[in-house]
Formats: sequence, C-alpha cells, structure tokens
Amino acid sequence: MKNVMNLEFSALSQNESFARVTVAAFIAQLDPTMDELTEIKTVVSEAVTNSIIHGYENDPNGIVYISVLIEDGFIDLTIKDKGLGIMDVEEARQPLFTTKPELERSGMGFTIMENFMDEIEIKSQPGIGTEIRLRKHLSNSKMLCN
Amino acid sequence: MSLNINLEVKHDVLCIRLSGELDHHSADELREQATRAIEEHDIHHIILNLEQLSFMDSSGLGVILGRYKQIKQKHGEMVVCAISPAVQRLFDMSGLFKIIRLEPTEENALQRLGVA
Repeated sequence: MKNVMNLEFSALSQNESFARVTVAAFIAQLDPTMDELTEIKTVVSEAVTNSIIHGYENDPNGIVYISVLIEDGFIDLTIKDKGLGIMDVEEARQPLFTTKPELERSGMGFTIMENFMDEIEIKSQPGIGTEIRLRKHLSNSKMLCN
Repeated sequence: MSLNINLEVKHDVLCIRLSGELDHHSADELREQATRAIEEHDIHHIILNLEQLSFMDSSGLGVILGRYKQIKQKHGEMVVCAISPAVQRLFDMSGLFKIIRLEPTEENALQRLGVA
C-alpha cells in the first residue's frame, strides 16, 4: 500500500529537529530497526540543514519542502528548496568539501546521505533550487519478502 | 529535544558533557560556550563525554573539529569518551579518529590526560 506525507516549513534551524522527528514518526509504521531510524533522521537533518545554510543562507523566508512516500518497505524521501542551488554538484559530493569553512561546516553532509541510504539523486540549478531524492529499503521488509 | 551542555574545568582540561541532540541549531550554542571557556580558563585539553548524546549529525562533526583546531594551536589534545555506535560511525566516516583519541569512559580520558 502506498502512503504519502508532505511537509513544508520555514528555513529556520529550530525546524531541523522537527523535520527529522516528524519523518521518523511517519516511517515508524514500517517497523524500522533503531539503526535505520537513526539513519533516516540523520539524512533528513543533513539535507534540511543544507537547504537552510546553503540554499537560503539562513533567510527565514525560505521554505523547505519534504515529501515521503512509503511503499512495500521502501522509503522514498524528497527534500527540496527554492534557494540558490549548487554550482558544482560533483564537487559538493566530495567528502570534506564545503563552501562555508568559516561556519565550521564539516563537508560530510552528502557523504553521510550516500552512506546511510541505498540511492541518492541530486538535482540542482543555480538560482532555481535543489532537490535531493533519497531511497532506502528497510531490512525488516526484506525478511517479509523472503 | 534540545542540547544540554555541561562544562567543567579541571586544571587545564575542559570536560564537555553533552546530553540531547547536537545538530546545526544547537552547534552554535556549544561553539560559543566552549570557545569562551577555552579562552577564559587557558584550556589546553578537551574531554568530550558523549554518553548522554542521543543524536548527532555532520554539524556536530564540524563544531568538534573546530574545537580540536582551537586547542591544537595550544599543542593540546582532544579525547572523546562514552560514544554511541551511531556517533562512532560518523567519526569513522569523517576520519576524526585519526586526530581525536577515543577512550571508553571519562575516567580513562582523565587518566590519559594525567588529571585523574
């Protein structure tokens, strides 16, 4: 059965925990393991933080959009902003690369997203915005399939 | 759930005990408090106790690396202790263990720095 959830909120750092907790609550119905729940919360936090800091450069008028689709043990997560966009996506994906070292950014956001999820798709256009699509198959549902 | 920051100075060692969630939002507060304590108390070493930390993301890695650089200038050392498997994964991924020592408990960390 297909189940969809959409969320949009102001690009404020206090909404980072709101976003990851809300997504975690929604996917809880798939009975994920604690590790999987932590992974999902972490990637939501990474993508939302990127939108706030890099997409909107902390402008609270920006809006972050999250949509989650769950179906047959699959999680399909999209996190989108209408911010500045990424000049060079390949460069941004490199571990430890950051455009904002003065803000003590670690440059590990995309590396973490790649490691914690099965698939990642990054669409970004300068001046238009960025859309990150992340997919993951939960271990619990694999057992049910077998 | 927000971040609770407990700071204790022992000689030239700053013990930072964190509970709650360390993300971009709470990293700013930690950066300010720790930076101020390091300057005011002439701190050389940091012990980071993460026993009660329930969540951390790459913003946490950034603020930890920032404090490491701060005490590195004073030829100090950073020791992290009581780390959860989830946080350990992030440390492993970013290579932070190449520069930050891991100890199982705060007591071990204090012994390591010679202030136990």
